[in-house]
Amino acid sequence: MQSIHVRTKINGQAAEFLCEPRQSLLEVLRDVLRLTGTKEGCNDGNCGACTVEMDGRIVPACLVLGAEAEGADILTIEGIAEGSALHELQNAFLEGAALQCGVCTPGFIVASKALLDSNPDPTEEEIRFWLANNLCRCTGYDKIVRSVQAAAEKMQQEATS
Amino acid sequence: MHWIDYFRPATLEACLEAFAEHGASARALAGGTDLLVQMRAGRLANNVVVDVKAVPELNEIRYDPGNGLTLGAAVPCYRIYGDPTVRREYPALIDSVSMIGGTQIQGRASVGGNLCNASPSADAVPPLIALGATCRVASVAGEREIPVEDFCTAPGKNALGEREVLVSLNLPVPSPGSGACYLRFIPRNEMDIAVAGAGVSVRLANGRFDSGRVALAAVAATPLLVPEAGAALSGQPVGRAAIAAAAAAAKASARPISDMRGTAEYRSNLCEVLTRRALETAVERAGGTLG
Repeated sequence: MQSIHVRTKINGQAAEFLCEPRQSLLEVLRDVLRLTGTKEGCNDGNCGACTVEMDGRIVPACLVLGAEAEGADILTIEGIAEGSALHELQNAFLEGAALQCGVCTPGFIVASKALLDSNPDPTEEEIRFWLANNLCRCTGYDKIVRSVQAAAEKMQQEATS
Repeated sequence: MHWIDYFRPATLEACLEAFAEHGASARALAGGTDLLVQMRAGRLANNVVVDVKAVPELNEIRYDPGNGLTLGAAVPCYRIYGDPTVRREYPALIDSVSMIGGTQIQGRASVGGNLCNASPSADAVPPLIALGATCRVASVAGEREIPVEDFCTAPGKNALGEREVLVSLNLPVPSPGSGACYLRFIPRNEMDIAVAGAGVSVRLANGRFDSGRVALAAVAATPLLVPEAGAALSGQPVGRAAIAAAAAAAKASARPISDMRGTAEYRSNLCEVLTRRALETAVERAGGTLG
């Protein structure tokens, strides 16, 4: 029964940790590294609250073992803002009231950022399908979808101005 | 979750040795979307997890115009639908990997894992059967090939021995004039489990069905190949009459149960509708017309 020493990169910084083989990346982020922005919802891959980006692809951190982070490049909600400057998605969620209890929000922001990184001008249908793995029990989704659209529009304006 | 040991072999040889050593107490980890959930629920007694994603043979997508597609068992869905060659040659596989789970699940879940999990409703399996795919299975004792339609043996059970690993799937080169499709019914738009599904392939020549294969999801204890449906197509003129006969054969072969997702009667009717619609799309993809 040995712990595993894992070397990884989290939000652009080299990181290392010890974990038990059975611990998920979600448990490691929250309980070992104290990066508690990533939330635990269902813990079985349905709700998307624990969404993180791993090597450029969004995944449910509850379905990744901490040991699998060896050599990976991980982005969590803590790495979305640049210092005190919020990401346009974060601004848009605040202005659009796209959250109430907030538990699902980090997952939605990380997932939405990955969408806009690969598809800067998504249709509403593309946004809804992309975010189908993220559940929100408060907002009814419309405000979230509209906020992603608003952020996309703003980011495109900034890119062309 | 109970204590486990974690191995990440870098070669197929080391991977097979791990399974030879640990046997039934070891499980392969690809995307983990079934495995980790089942382990947390206490449904598996394994105490060793072998992460197979560093094994090159389980991680490759390779298309060879002579031998077809070699799809490593651990390749996640997003890499499959992101591959232009697979999109062009195997649209029925793209149908299924684009509808499994949502974006995050598709970032992890593999076709090989979907097959090994052996759920009757597995979306990736009917198109594999329709396309005539085979499984490359290996252990320290050697290798064998298993047709996909023989791989699942009961709900949650597959043909792998304790020391065996599913290495890859081989999908034959699509022959000229062929087309395939997978459709499923769910009461939502996404993120759901098939009430029923139909994977089909056809080969057309000179205005006739040269051959056809139909496989169904969620209407039997395992994904179900329906030879009677293929036989209803073979040699018939391409058109709605042959498709209707194949769809009726699919309905007649279904042995569904009633559960919270639908009644047996409803599922049987779905088999007819889904088979018909999937065949219509497959004909279109094959370059045929229904008139």
